[in-house]
Amino acid sequence: MEDIIISTLQRTMVAGTPLLLATTGEIICERSGILNLGVEGVMAIGAVTAFIVTMTTGSPWLGVAVAIAAGMTISIIHAFASITLQANQVVSGLALTMLGLGLSGMIGKSYVGKPLLIKMEDWNIPWFSDLPWLGKIFFSQSPFFYLAILLALVSWFFLERTRLGIEIRSTGENPQATETQGVNVSKLRYLSVIIGGGFSALAGAHLSISYSKSWIEGMTAGRGWIAIALTIFALWNPGRAIWAAFVFGGIFVVQYLLQPLGISPNFLAMLPYIATLLILLLISLKDPKKLNAPAMLAEPYKRGKR
Amino acid sequence: MKKIQTLEMKKISKSFHGIFANKDIDLKVESGEIVGLLGENGAGKTTLMNILYGLYQPDSGQIRINNQDIRINNPVESINFGIGMVHQHFMLIQNHSVIENIALGYKETPFFFPKIKIREKVEQFSEKFNFNIDPDKKVWQLSAGEQQRVEIIKALLNGADLLIFDEPTSVLTPEEIKELISIFRQMKASGHIIIFISHKLDEIMDICDRVVVLQKGKIVGSTDTKDTDKKSLARIMVGRDISFNIDKKKIARGRKILSVDSISVMGDKGLDAVKNISFELFENEIFGVAGVSGNGQRELAEAITGIRPIYSGKIKINGSDITNKSPRDIYDTGISHVPEERIKFGIAPGLFLYDNAVLKQHHLKKFSRRWFLKYSKIKNHTEDIIKDFNVSTHSINSQIRNLSGGNIQKLILGREISEQPQLLVASHPTYGLDVGATQFLRRHLLSLRKQGSAVLLFSEDLEEIFELCDRIAVIFDGEFMAILDSDDKNLSEIGPMMAGSKRLKKQ
Ligand SMILES: Nc1ncnc2c1ncn2[C@@H]1O[C@H](COP(=O)(O)OP(=O)(O)OP(=O)(O)O)[C@@H](O)[C@H]1O
Ligand SMILES: [Mg+2]
Repeated sequence: MEDIIISTLQRTMVAGTPLLLATTGEIICERSGILNLGVEGVMAIGAVTAFIVTMTTGSPWLGVAVAIAAGMTISIIHAFASITLQANQVVSGLALTMLGLGLSGMIGKSYVGKPLLIKMEDWNIPWFSDLPWLGKIFFSQSPFFYLAILLALVSWFFLERTRLGIEIRSTGENPQATETQGVNVSKLRYLSVIIGGGFSALAGAHLSISYSKSWIEGMTAGRGWIAIALTIFALWNPGRAIWAAFVFGGIFVVQYLLQPLGISPNFLAMLPYIATLLILLLISLKDPKKLNAPAMLAEPYKRGKR
Repeated sequence: MKKIQTLEMKKISKSFHGIFANKDIDLKVESGEIVGLLGENGAGKTTLMNILYGLYQPDSGQIRINNQDIRINNPVESINFGIGMVHQHFMLIQNHSVIENIALGYKETPFFFPKIKIREKVEQFSEKFNFNIDPDKKVWQLSAGEQQRVEIIKALLNGADLLIFDEPTSVLTPEEIKELISIFRQMKASGHIIIFISHKLDEIMDICDRVVVLQKGKIVGSTDTKDTDKKSLARIMVGRDISFNIDKKKIARGRKILSVDSISVMGDKGLDAVKNISFELFENEIFGVAGVSGNGQRELAEAITGIRPIYSGKIKINGSDITNKSPRDIYDTGISHVPEERIKFGIAPGLFLYDNAVLKQHHLKKFSRRWFLKYSKIKNHTEDIIKDFNVSTHSINSQIRNLSGGNIQKLILGREISEQPQLLVASHPTYGLDVGATQFLRRHLLSLRKQGSAVLLFSEDLEEIFELCDRIAVIFDGEFMAILDSDDKNLSEIGPMMAGSKRLKKQ
């Protein structure tokens, strides 16, 4: 029994890792006022590039680096459409998802099903990993796990405690006012979208070179969409995203546990979205000001228009 | 030595949808000069300044700094040239604190832990210039006057060489205006250039060295203030004489309309904003509430009009209880409301003029049949408001956000008071209106009074209060310090009462 609990929790941490990475990225992006529905696609791109590079060079870290670069690059498409062209962000984000899914399938065709010989090794943190219970759950995880938590904390710090953070958040709240204060709104938005893309790709890399050590088309399996729901669930706060992502990760794991008991997996797959709706409802009823959604999220901004 | 010695705008033109907002404007300013920009609502003042600030690009014309041609493509460039601006519509991030708003614009904000340094700066500034502001409040919790103070602090901290103030004093108190004027004088002495837009001619005469008058996008006059006076400025601006005297005849007040019985109301911060206030209001009466903004005026107005819950006390209109009824129910009993932040709460910016003209009335029989609106009636009604209130717009089919600030104000006023309400609750009703419109509105309030309406007027403009009101209450920290008749001797002490250092309990 004890073993089951420990291994469930351990797998919860694993399952929460890509969710946390992608959510942190989406939070940064949405805080600047740009809605990016391309997470799922960029994740797939990240997964496939990380896999191919790791396989051919034998270096998982190089795989990670190239994946991040690829994710950032492809996100520029969404940035260009929604910032420079002021296009509809929903449409452009969906297009990015389709593009990412399609492209990754095409690039990765000849790699499907091949095993990865050198994967990203787990790190056992000395001393801590020997702790009973906690050691297994928290301190013998993949580097992605530690990185995800660290990056979420750093992002929180940047958004809340630095000038750049104030500028990014202001841009999402009121781009016109922000621009009159001498801040270059489109530059900041580009930056945020591109950083967000890097995070999504990193999440994808986790899937292919640490979590499953193989590449199959569509292996992101809706995690990108969950990250978008999580962004709302975490009320656009990377600090809150940490526990929220692992709660959602838990739901993921429980899906597999409960399936043999005859509970429909489709029902469980719905849970993250239902949870998001519920939290939105609760907060709006209690104190809508706490919702914290960037006021100008998904609104194209054009200078000189009142 | 200042970066900007002279700045010239040459033959600047700008049109929107084929209609000129600025036409062939020439304007030259020099170091150490305070220039006033005057003109009716919609004359093109804000447009011209937005061009200088890089928010709009002119269709034609040149800008020159120190005799060199330059281009200003965006506000970032304009700030780098040494230009700063306080905008007519507050450019503040509503969900952020005062500190974060100031940190955003301040050049020397440190990268890490910016709030610590800015807090110090704001405290120093508030102390030096007597501008009181709570740096941790979120902007949406501030009154209009407080928001204006934040805007001014933002602009002054950066110390630009050329500062544009687009109606900075519209909701400041007389004391604060004095402070601001003395700051202007100091800046002038050290070689700054100030361009100052205001509809208050006294201020213009007092502050500016020179005044430039715009009319329908063109310059129609430019003179030194010492060679002119209020009357002739108004004449140049409007093209006819304007009388500044309003004669208010004494009339006997009628039935009691409103009774407010020891109400208390919570502010946005969760503290009491209105504490145990009682008063009554009668037909044929204008009741003024004077006080520094942020002392509970907004909460009181919102409580009476049903926007904000009242947790103790009672409000009755014509003897029937309306405490905590919905805003629409209260509107239907005959109470109209002109809110303080009209641009934010009073309009739907993307809708057309005619939609906005019936935002509150669309459910009435006049304007709708079941689920359908009677658009021809609505449009006629809109045309009437536009005529009566002299709203300048090229068509009622344009989006209301494209109107100039003052013209938006006029349309909202028209909507609220065209119905002849039993009780009109008006907060700063002349805020942003040009001289002609201000006089029109004041007369209109008096005529409502004559026809039997009651008016509850919130204003920081003491002159306006004295001119219009039959009785005056002084509010401080959520309490009435006194309720005085307009001929009461104690009115001379209204200053100390507004500051909370004197209290007269009469009732
Ligand atoms: N972005 C825009 N789109 C369309 N029309 C505009 C725009 N900006 C200004 N206008 C029009 O240009 C004219 C001048 O407006 P402007 O705001 O400069 O007036 P103003 O002199 O500042 O008036 P006020 O005293 O009311 O502030 C108005 O008729 C306005 O409707
Ligand atoms: Mg203006």
